[in-house]
Amino acid sequence: MKKTAINLTVNGRSRDAVVPPRMLLSDLIRHELALPGTHVGCEHGVCGACNVLVDGKAVRSCLMFAVQADGCEITTVEGFSAGGLDLVQTAFWEEHGLQCGFCTPGMLASAHELLAENPDPTDDEIREAIAGNLCRCTGYEYIIAAIRSAARKMRDAETAAKRQPA
Amino acid sequence: MKPAAFDYERPNDLAAALELLSCEEDTRILAGGQSLVPMMNARLARPKRLVDINRLPDLDYIRDEGTHVAIGALARHRDVKSSRLVRDHLPVIPAAYEWVAHAAVRNRGTLCGNLCHADPASEMPALMLLLGAEMVLTQASGTRIVAASDFFLGLYETAAGPGEMLTEVRIPKPARDTGWGFEEVGMRKADFAWATCAATMRLDGGRIAAPAAAVAGVGDRATRLAELEAAIEGQAPSDSLFADVAREVAVSLDPPSSVGVDAQYRRDLVGTLLPRALAAAARRAEEAKQ
Repeated sequence: MKKTAINLTVNGRSRDAVVPPRMLLSDLIRHELALPGTHVGCEHGVCGACNVLVDGKAVRSCLMFAVQADGCEITTVEGFSAGGLDLVQTAFWEEHGLQCGFCTPGMLASAHELLAENPDPTDDEIREAIAGNLCRCTGYEYIIAAIRSAARKMRDAETAAKRQPA
Repeated sequence: MKPAAFDYERPNDLAAALELLSCEEDTRILAGGQSLVPMMNARLARPKRLVDINRLPDLDYIRDEGTHVAIGALARHRDVKSSRLVRDHLPVIPAAYEWVAHAAVRNRGTLCGNLCHADPASEMPALMLLLGAEMVLTQASGTRIVAASDFFLGLYETAAGPGEMLTEVRIPKPARDTGWGFEEVGMRKADFAWATCAATMRLDGGRIAAPAAAVAGVGDRATRLAELEAAIEGQAPSDSLFADVAREVAVSLDPPSSVGVDAQYRRDLVGTLLPRALAAAARRAEEAKQ
């Protein structure tokens, strides 16, 4: 099976790889690009642990072949902040939005997509956004509280930025 | 959970894609991949070759064609669900989409791919039957149009031949005073439906006109309910009428049994959900008159 040379941008950095067609995007990210923050749970699109952002949209990286990501912009959990924790990660920490942490990278990808489109989501909208992400230990309520808190932090940061004189 | 090896082609135009589809057996189209890739990961599907259509130009559209809405092969569920055009003319579609997959799957999955997958518990095939959609099947030698009623043949089986691609689905716009209802029960939203019931109708002088009803999840394919439609056409809508006709549908079905969801339970669900869908359609048709 012929391998294909691809180029993609991962967390702001241009990356090259040579991949067989059957390599899943999740395996490219973890094994070839050495970014193990993306977790692999079920490998058939049910659990959402492997969600990453592809061109800004949350996508199951186990349901996309690496070769399909040629030319795409990928953001994984390692790329949400330039250093330290971003506002969403901070909110997860403060609100106890993670326990074992296995579902967290996928939860964060879904949360980022939601908050980019809807800065002030209702609890129902938050539940809907993470409905495709399974958590088996934290309990969803803390995760919902974390995303609610992250939304508030992001709105406050936006307001503060607008108040700054040019 | 890794797919078997396969050859991969990513043509840049439709003609090249159709050529690739026509020349070798066991070639599958890769669109959103949200049904095909899980099946490949589980090795329930082992195609020799995939033709990735994601980079084909001019297939990602939802267009107003006057009498109908045309949806191209690369229109994602996400875009169909949020389309203003679809909501204005075909409001039963976004209502049903609340039950279809999760956001990350809807971001990539396509409506046309979903229809070609022809899962018996999937909502959209039932809606295409309900709405009288037409499928545009294209192959290297030309195009043919197949009615939804002739498209879904059985479990994962459609009228699309090996060299054919569903390039567009055309959904007629119903009359403005058409009411609709959609009801479903499953373990969770986004899971396979245990029973799905959908209905549309108009009211003409207080009598049911142009009724349509369809079910999914209760057989080897989605089914339009022609006998029920004939039985309620021209009648005044009432709970007892809807309960009676739904009971007849329920006993006529031969639904699958799965762990915890046996055939009788699915029949009972149809007996409950179908009258609700019909009553909702009648209520909305009444409201549309005012």
